[in-house]
Amino acid sequence: MNAFTAVLEGLPLTVGLTLAAFAIGISGAVPLALGLSSPVVPLQLACRLFVDLVRGVPIIVWLFLLKFGIQIGTFKFNPVGAAIVGLGVVSVAYLAEIYRGGLQAVPRGQLEAAHALGLPRGSTFFRVVVPQAFRIVSPSIATYLVGLLKDSSIASTIIVAEMVFQSQSFARQHPTVEGILPYVIVGVVYIALSLPVAYLSRWLDARMRKVVHV
Amino acid sequence: MSWLTAWAGYLPQMMSGLGVSLMIAAVSIVAGYPLGLVLSLMVRAKNLAARTLGLALVEVGRGAPALVILYLFYYGLPKFGIAFESITAACLALIWNAAAYSSEIIRAGIQSVPRGQLEASNALGLSQRDTFFRITMPQGMRSAIPGLMGVAIQMFQGTSLAYGIAVPELMKTAYNIGSQDFNYLQIFTLAGLCYAVISMPATWITVFFEKRMARHA
Repeated sequence: MNAFTAVLEGLPLTVGLTLAAFAIGISGAVPLALGLSSPVVPLQLACRLFVDLVRGVPIIVWLFLLKFGIQIGTFKFNPVGAAIVGLGVVSVAYLAEIYRGGLQAVPRGQLEAAHALGLPRGSTFFRVVVPQAFRIVSPSIATYLVGLLKDSSIASTIIVAEMVFQSQSFARQHPTVEGILPYVIVGVVYIALSLPVAYLSRWLDARMRKVVHV
Repeated sequence: MSWLTAWAGYLPQMMSGLGVSLMIAAVSIVAGYPLGLVLSLMVRAKNLAARTLGLALVEVGRGAPALVILYLFYYGLPKFGIAFESITAACLALIWNAAAYSSEIIRAGIQSVPRGQLEASNALGLSQRDTFFRITMPQGMRSAIPGLMGVAIQMFQGTSLAYGIAVPELMKTAYNIGSQDFNYLQIFTLAGLCYAVISMPATWITVFFEKRMARHA
């Protein structure tokens, strides 16, 4: 087996982990972002504390906590489960912060106009604020997805057989010069995977600027 | 209470681990910022070779996961006969990471300086050199400050990845303690708190600076 196919064996898990955590993040961040923008001060502070705490602790610590620290009865996380939950929770916190920024960036005039037109609060939020906020944050969400893809490599430290894990086992079996190849290849694969998303992010950004400011 | 007494027992070891983490973070920032400035200048250079090299270093430094760069230095390069101690490898990898990220932030900062500033200094007959070092750079660096502080926090958290190459930093220390008496929940919670106690206030300070900058913009 050569280094390239060895690395690619981890590709499905890398992509799967990233997408699973992203799915948790993108949906879980909605209530949290609402909490962060809530006028109810204790709720807002609690959400703020949660977001800052989750972001203040490195991902590897979350993964080890879940993998080794959690034992409820006979239940223990398997490596993939711990990685998905850990990366998912971290995504929830980061994406909530991104959403909050987007909600805040919608001009006040939009709210006032919706109010003047007599729109109920629900419609104002879902049909006026959210669509504009989404447009504002979509490039940041794409950028975050690229970051998450790279962070999924940390799952290798809790023995999830994703790309970096595969690179390491290949390198261990090939103590010669060939052993450096998987590390180079895996780096290139990450960059290649992030290119389309980075491109999408730039496209979204350009589109967002055009629509909002003209 | 038993948690607190256990933590009190772990604390001396954890503090020396935290010291190693902070040291690696400090080295990667102190070397990473100036290198980031150099990279940002290389990316804008007229010389094609310099520009290509700069772009390649930035794109790989930001595009590849920090863990991969770490492993490349520690496990990969020795196969060519270039071997580092684990802590040196960790510093080198994070320096590259820090330089790549800060170069983008510095570049954006420099780009954010209004064109009028350049035109004005041109009209005043300032040399290109003076324009760059006395007009563009000071203003560009100013708006890059919050971003650069963000890189510092990211680097501090990134030192935890050095666990993967057995550097005796905070995470590795926690793991070693944990594997002695299997109190993983206690010890990793303490490790998380050690990171949070530094990262959280640092983030708040960064947000404060961001807001202040936004007000003056």
